[in-house]
Amino acid sequence: MSVQTTTGTAAETRHDDSGRRPARRRGGAVRRAPWLLLAPFLLLFLFTFILPIITAIGSSFVKVSRSGLFGEDGVTSRFAWFDNYAKALADGNFVASIWRMFLFGIVQVPIMIVAATVLALLLESASAKWPGLFRAAFFLPYGIPGVIATILWSFLYVPGLSPIIDAAKWMGLDVDFLGSGTVLWSIANIVTWSYTGYNMLIIIAQLKSIPGELYEAARVDGASPWRIARSIQIPLIAPALVLTTVFSIIGTLQLFAEPQVLQSVAPAIDSQYTPNLSAYTTAFSYNDYNVAAAQAVLIAVVAFVLSFGFLRLTNRKSS
Amino acid sequence: MSTKELTRDPAGQPTKKPVKSGRRRASTIIVTGVLVVVGLYFIIPVYWVFVAATKTTGDLFGTFGFGFGKTFALWHNLGHVLSYDGGIFVRWFFNSILYAGVGSLLATYFAAAGGYALAKYKFRGNNTVFGLILGGVLVPGTATALPLFLLFSQLGLANTYWSVLLPSLVSPFGLFLCRIYAAATVSDALMEAARLDGAGEIRIFHTLGLRTMTPALVTVFLFQLVGIWNNYFLPLVMLADTKYYPITLGLKNWLSQVNRLPEFYELTTGGVLLSVVPLGIAMLVLQRFWRGGLTEGSVK
Repeated sequence: MSVQTTTGTAAETRHDDSGRRPARRRGGAVRRAPWLLLAPFLLLFLFTFILPIITAIGSSFVKVSRSGLFGEDGVTSRFAWFDNYAKALADGNFVASIWRMFLFGIVQVPIMIVAATVLALLLESASAKWPGLFRAAFFLPYGIPGVIATILWSFLYVPGLSPIIDAAKWMGLDVDFLGSGTVLWSIANIVTWSYTGYNMLIIIAQLKSIPGELYEAARVDGASPWRIARSIQIPLIAPALVLTTVFSIIGTLQLFAEPQVLQSVAPAIDSQYTPNLSAYTTAFSYNDYNVAAAQAVLIAVVAFVLSFGFLRLTNRKSS
Repeated sequence: MSTKELTRDPAGQPTKKPVKSGRRRASTIIVTGVLVVVGLYFIIPVYWVFVAATKTTGDLFGTFGFGFGKTFALWHNLGHVLSYDGGIFVRWFFNSILYAGVGSLLATYFAAAGGYALAKYKFRGNNTVFGLILGGVLVPGTATALPLFLLFSQLGLANTYWSVLLPSLVSPFGLFLCRIYAAATVSDALMEAARLDGAGEIRIFHTLGLRTMTPALVTVFLFQLVGIWNNYFLPLVMLADTKYYPITLGLKNWLSQVNRLPEFYELTTGGVLLSVVPLGIAMLVLQRFWRGGLTEGSVK
């Protein structure tokens, strides 16, 4: 703070030296510049983020009713308070889909973050050979779109096509990737496959920022690699871990492409398997945009509360 | 400074090596072994699709998945993919390039300008604007897609190139990164010097700001590129006409027909291979740029 104010006054005095008028003109330009620079982003942001959010919230409170047998007597819409929310929350399948995503997240997110951390530490350790090659291999799936990754894995899940199921059969195992009890974890596998390398790279970036002196000091003190990982690396990569966890939580509640694509081979996935699939079905199969809007708002609120709660929790722990 | 250099070079390295080399070799073998196993997990599905794309539909079901089939049908399959339905696959491919390429370029530029403005100027509303945008990072993209469709269909924009392109131009996370990076790297003194030389604020951004922020811009560009390329929900909601489809939507469209027409197995596996290979190469080449900017801003 103090630094900023001193440089500010220094600049002002310099302006005063060079005469009044240019200083004022320049001041105006400096005042206008940030808004000019922000304008394109802000306009698009308002148009594609804020406006839809307001529209969604607005239409989630509206009830549209059609009069006449086939709606031929016109459409009336009225303010309906929380009717759409009540309807969404009374829908057992929608609520079940949210709980399903909780279960999914509680299992999948920690597995993925731990795996990403371990891989990052191994790749950055002195014992790793060809770290660049492995890093590229682990990161590769991130470049494959979720839909295509799911198409890929669905081939590996379907009996008759899957060499994995064939190989398991030779060993006397009968695996079913698409049953009602297992398909959720088959989706978890696709998500883990897609995003572990990406999270690993964020963690590696943070690891690279640890100053070398810290390692030197630890080595001089005779610390083992394990001790260095626990006492230096993990505490210092905590911000990256928080970031990746928050993104994973948001990602979990947004899950859509994987279950939607797997639906065609897995009858266990119904049209309301995840919250997003629910909202999509409500909007486009049942044409009930208002309840769908309420569902979208509920998903956003849950994602917001969860990621915010997690940030608060980790902040409290560190302070 | 001087003590650090003293301990590092003469004393540290040479004495350690002979003592620990046995243990070090053992741990190298273990660590590399783990990395190989994990690497197989990540690579095998891609290997499978390569093998599958070389097979006829009969071989796909009749022969072992990880081995090659009786006939090598790769060229036949790929030709089929490229020519089917008047070359619609090629069109999807170029649609994807249009959405992802143009979208991420412009998104990066807008995010850079915004992030730079928030980092380098003190003005009223600075924190409010930033808070609003940060909130945008946390809002699930899919929550906005449905209302965006309603909005766009009222404006007549749904089912056009614009309906996918416009939302792709906004990257709140990119702006967030640019703001951190600009605050840490763009020098106030240089900006002031440029001002005294008579350069306008916008020109200072283009010459000084953009150049200094290049590492962060590469990261933002790559993020947005992959994000748009991978986006499925938005085009699915927006587009009804297959000629506007990106590649992801097109392949899903083919996959959903395999139950009626088994020839679509060949088309889907061939199409998946064609879309995975260029991306795979791009990933291998680009991944080293990935770390730049992500945390660099927070270091300095």
